[in-house]
Amino acid sequence: MLRYLWRRLLHAIPILVGVNLLTFSLFFVVNTPDDMARMQLGVKRVTPEAIEQWKQSRGYDRPLLINPEAAGTARFTDTIFFQHSVRLFAFDFGRAESDGRDIAHEIATRMWPSFAIALPVFVVGLMAYVSFALMLVFFRGTAIDTGGVVFCVAAMSVSGMFYIIGGQYLASKLWHLAPISGFGDGVGAWRFMVLPIVVSLVSSLGEDGRLFRTFFLEEMDKDYVRTARAKGLGEARVLFGHVLRNAMIPILTGAVVVIPRLFLGSLVLESFFGIPGLGSYTIEAINAQDFAVVRTMVFLGSVLYIAGLILTDLSYTLVDPRVRLR
Amino acid sequence: MRLRLLFAGVLAMALGGCDLPWNSPYPAADATANTFYAGFAERPKHLDPVQSYSSNEISITAQIYTPPLQYHYLDRPYRLVPQAAVSLPRPAYLDAAGRPLPEDAPASAIAFSVYEVTIRDDMRYQPHPAFARGPDGTHLHHALAPEALAGVFSLADFRQRDTRPVTAADFVYEIKRLAHPRLHSPILGLMSDYIVGLKEYAERLREVNAALAREGRGEEWIDLRQHPLEGAEVVDGRTFRIRLKGKYPQFVYWLAMPFFAPMPWEADRFHAQPLLAARNITLDWYPVGAGPYMLTRNDPNRQMVLERNPHYHGEAYPSEGEPGDFEEGLLRDAGARMPFIDRAVYSLEKESIPYWNKFLQGWYDSSGISSDAFDQAVQVASGGQVMLTDEMRDKGIRLKTAVAPSTMYMGFNMLDPVVGGQGERGRRLRQAISIAVDYEEFVSIFANGRGLPAQSPIPPGIFGYRDGEAGMNPVVYDWVAGRPQRKPLEVAKRLLREAGYPDGRDATTGAPLVLYLDATARGPDDKARMDWLRKQFGRLDINLVVRATDYNRFQEKIRKGNAQIFYWGWNADYPDPENFLFLLHGPQGKVSAQGENAANYVNAEYDALFERMKNMDNGPERQAIIDRMVRILQDDAPWIWGMHPKEYGLAHGWVNNRKPNQIANNLLKYQRIDTEARAEARRAWNAPVLWPLALVALLLALLVAPAWLAYRRREAAGAIRLRAGG
Repeated sequence: MLRYLWRRLLHAIPILVGVNLLTFSLFFVVNTPDDMARMQLGVKRVTPEAIEQWKQSRGYDRPLLINPEAAGTARFTDTIFFQHSVRLFAFDFGRAESDGRDIAHEIATRMWPSFAIALPVFVVGLMAYVSFALMLVFFRGTAIDTGGVVFCVAAMSVSGMFYIIGGQYLASKLWHLAPISGFGDGVGAWRFMVLPIVVSLVSSLGEDGRLFRTFFLEEMDKDYVRTARAKGLGEARVLFGHVLRNAMIPILTGAVVVIPRLFLGSLVLESFFGIPGLGSYTIEAINAQDFAVVRTMVFLGSVLYIAGLILTDLSYTLVDPRVRLR
Repeated sequence: MRLRLLFAGVLAMALGGCDLPWNSPYPAADATANTFYAGFAERPKHLDPVQSYSSNEISITAQIYTPPLQYHYLDRPYRLVPQAAVSLPRPAYLDAAGRPLPEDAPASAIAFSVYEVTIRDDMRYQPHPAFARGPDGTHLHHALAPEALAGVFSLADFRQRDTRPVTAADFVYEIKRLAHPRLHSPILGLMSDYIVGLKEYAERLREVNAALAREGRGEEWIDLRQHPLEGAEVVDGRTFRIRLKGKYPQFVYWLAMPFFAPMPWEADRFHAQPLLAARNITLDWYPVGAGPYMLTRNDPNRQMVLERNPHYHGEAYPSEGEPGDFEEGLLRDAGARMPFIDRAVYSLEKESIPYWNKFLQGWYDSSGISSDAFDQAVQVASGGQVMLTDEMRDKGIRLKTAVAPSTMYMGFNMLDPVVGGQGERGRRLRQAISIAVDYEEFVSIFANGRGLPAQSPIPPGIFGYRDGEAGMNPVVYDWVAGRPQRKPLEVAKRLLREAGYPDGRDATTGAPLVLYLDATARGPDDKARMDWLRKQFGRLDINLVVRATDYNRFQEKIRKGNAQIFYWGWNADYPDPENFLFLLHGPQGKVSAQGENAANYVNAEYDALFERMKNMDNGPERQAIIDRMVRILQDDAPWIWGMHPKEYGLAHGWVNNRKPNQIANNLLKYQRIDTEARAEARRAWNAPVLWPLALVALLLALLVAPAWLAYRRREAAGAIRLRAGG
C-alpha cells in the first residue's frame, strides 16, 4: 500500500504543474500584467509610470513564460510563471495583489466558517439521504416509493437559489426564527448556521436521495441479498447490514470527492447567508484580477482533490476486503 | 426531566435571553447599545490614507482620519470648513523670483502658490501600540523580536498603548508618503504635477528603495523624516507649508481628503516591521488616526467595527444650514458635542435581498433601494412626486433623495472618421443621435426614474450648473411650457440628412450607416439596455452594432482610440466644475496623453477657456466662461450627455440628523440614534412565529408514522409466512 501511495503522490506532481500552467495561461490570456496593475491602482488618474512601478514592485515586469534575454536556465526561471508559481509547491502562497494580505493567513481564517457549515451538511446529509433512500428501497414498488421518487424529481428540478431565497423568506422574514444572514463568534455562530445547514440539506435531498436509491436498487437483486433473505434475516438487517455495505463504494466515490468543498465552501450559499468562508474568495480574486489568490485557490483545490481521490482509494480497502492497493 | 431542564437552560443561554429576537444577528448585550448598524457589499482593499480612493474605502477612512479641511454637513452648495486646520488656508502667490504677488494676479504670472496650514492644538491620536514607550523613553514596539509576537494575531493583542498630540510634522510626513515607492498612491501622478519637488522626491525614494533591495533589506523601513521634500515643510509645531507650482485653486479640495491627513511616523515605523506584515498587521489594515472613530475590528469578510476614539478633540454640530433644515429637525442638535454614536458596526452583505429584509426588520439603520425592492419602497404619485409606500411609512422609514455629483454618458470617439472630427458632417451626425437617444425614456425604464437627463457634463450642486431654460441644451431640447422637451425625431432626421446620411444611408455610396458601440455588457439587464439602444438608433435607420467585451479589453480600446461610441461615467472628486470640464480638455486626451478625456475631444476655444476657468474663483465671470464652454460642448456634442443619477436613501425614524451629502464622507459623527425606539421596534417587528415549527414536526410525524407502521406490518407478515411455510 505504501508503494501505491508513493506512486500516487509522484503522479500528483505533474498534475499540479499542469494545473498551474493551465491556470497561468488562462489567466494571462484574459488579463495582462498592465490590466492587473490598472485594476489594483484604480481606474482614475492612473499614469503609465504608476503602472510600470506597480509591475516592477510585484515582479510582473518579467516575460510570462520564456525570457529570451536571459541565458541558461534563467530563460525559464526569470519569468513570471516560475517566480510566482514554484513557491506554491512549498505551500508559500505569498500575498494577495489586491490588498497585500497574507494568503495563507486568509485561507486559514476563512476555511473554518466554510467547514463549520459544510461538515454538518456532509455528515447529517449523508446519513439522512442514505436513510431516505433505504426507506424508498424498502418500500420499492409501493405508493411510498413512487411518491418518494416523484418528490425527488420535483425537488431536483427546483433551483438551489429558490431554496435559499425561499428559506430566508419563510424562516427569517415571515417567521423570525433565524437571522437572515451573518455569522457569530465562537459558539454563538450556531444561530447563523442552522438555516444555511437546513437549506443545504433540503436542497440536496431530492438529488442525492434518488442517486443513492439507484445504488441500492442495483444491489437488491444480487445473489447475496437473496441468500441473506433465505437465511431468514429481517429486511432492516438485509438493507443496513448487507445492501448498504456493498453500495458503499459508489457512495464513497461520490462523497469523498466533495471533501474539498468542505474547506473551499459554497459560493452562492455563503454569499446569500453572509458566511465569511472561502466560497467567494476565488470569485472575488477573479473579479479583482488577483492572480496570486487565483493560482493559490486553484492549486489548493487540486491538492485537495488529489488527496480526496487517494482517500477514496484507501476507503475502498476498508469497505471491500477484496480491494488491494498495489 | 433533568435532561429536559438542562436542554431548556442551554437553549435559553444560547439564545442569549428571552429578550433577544431569534432572528437577531447581534448579541443580546448590544440590544440598546448606542451603535449604528449598516452593511457593505464590497470589502475595502486599502485603508492606508495614501492608497484608499474608492468610495467604499473612504467611507471608513473618513471617520478615522482628520485632513485639514472638511465639507459643511448641512450647507449647500457644498463649501469647505476647517477640520484639523484652524481656518481655511488662503494661498500666497509668488512669481518665479519668489516675490509675492497680489491675490488677483494673472495665473500666467504666478510661479508658485504657497498654502500655510495651522492646525488645532488639541488633537491627539487614538490609543495605539506604536506610541507606547518604556521607562527609558524608547518605543516598546518598534523593534519587535519574534518571541515578543507569540500570541499576537491582531493589533488588539498589544496590551501597551499610548497616544500623543498631532503635530504639523505628521501632515508633512503623510505628504511624503504619497511618493513612497512601496505604496503606489493613486494621486502621485497628479500631485507630482503640482507639489514642488514631489516628482524628484519619488525618484529619490525609488533609488533608496532599490539600494535597500539590492542589499537584501527590501522590506526595511524608510524613515521619511531623513528625506526632506522641497514642497512640504514644517514651519513650527502647529504649522506646515505646501508649495505648489503655478496656480491650482482646486488644491484646497484635496486638503479635505484622507490623502492629506496626519500620519505619525511612529505608526509607519511600527507597521513597517516584516514580522507584523506576515501577520497582516499593516497600516493598510489598521488605520491610525485622530478622528472621532477608530477601527477596532477589521474583518471585512464579516464585520468592520468603528468605536469612539477616546482622545478625539470633539467638535460642535453645525448651527446653520440651508433653508428647510430647521423644519426638518436637522438643527435640533446645533452646538452639541459630536460624535453622538459610540460604535458603528458594518456587516458584509453581498446580496441585496438579505440586506433589504434586514433593514425592514430593523437590523440595519439605513439602506439604499435596489431595483428589486423599488416598488415595495417607493410609489410615484400622479403628479410625478416620489413618496414612500404605506408599508414604509407605517414603519416610520424616511426617504431622502439627492442628485449625485456624477454623470453617466455615452461618448463619441472624436478620432473616429465617421462620428468624430470637428467637421460639420460629424457634428450633425452626433447631434442627430443625441436627439434620437431618448434619455427620459432610459431613466424611466432602466433607473426607475432615479436620474436627471443631463444637459451638459456639470451636475446639479456644482458651481456652473444652470437650471431651467438657461441650462437647457438647445441642440437636443426645446423649452415648452416651462420645461425642456426633446426635439421631435424629424429634427434628428433632418440633421442626419445634412450629415450626408439620408434615411440612414451614405448619400454617396448608398451603403447603410453602421455604428459600433463598445460596452462591458454582461447580464440580462445589460442586454435589455443594449436592445433599447439599438431601437433608439434604429429610429434614425442607423444600424447599431454592440461590441460587448470585458472591462480590460474595453479599457484597451478606449486607450488606443479603437472604440467608436462608448458608455462611461465620472464621479466627482470635489465640487468644482473643473473636475467635470477637464474630461473634455484637449491636452488630457486619452490617446494623446493617457488623460481622462476619453472622447479625445479637442476644441481650441474650449481648451483656452478651460485654462482660464480652472484658475478662477467662483463668481459671475467664471460662470460666464463656463456658460460659453458648455455651449461649445452642446454644439459639438462629443457626448450624448446622458444622465446624473439620483440617489434614494432610506433610514429608520430612530436615525436623526440624516441629510444626504454626496461629497463629504465623514458623516458618521453627525448621526444620532434613538436606541430605545429602535430596541422597541425590533422587538415588535421580530416576535418569533412558532406554529410553523409545530406544523413541520406534525408533517414529519405524519410521513414517518405510516412508513413505520407499514414497515412493522411487513416484518410481521414475513414472519407469519415463514411460520406457515415451516
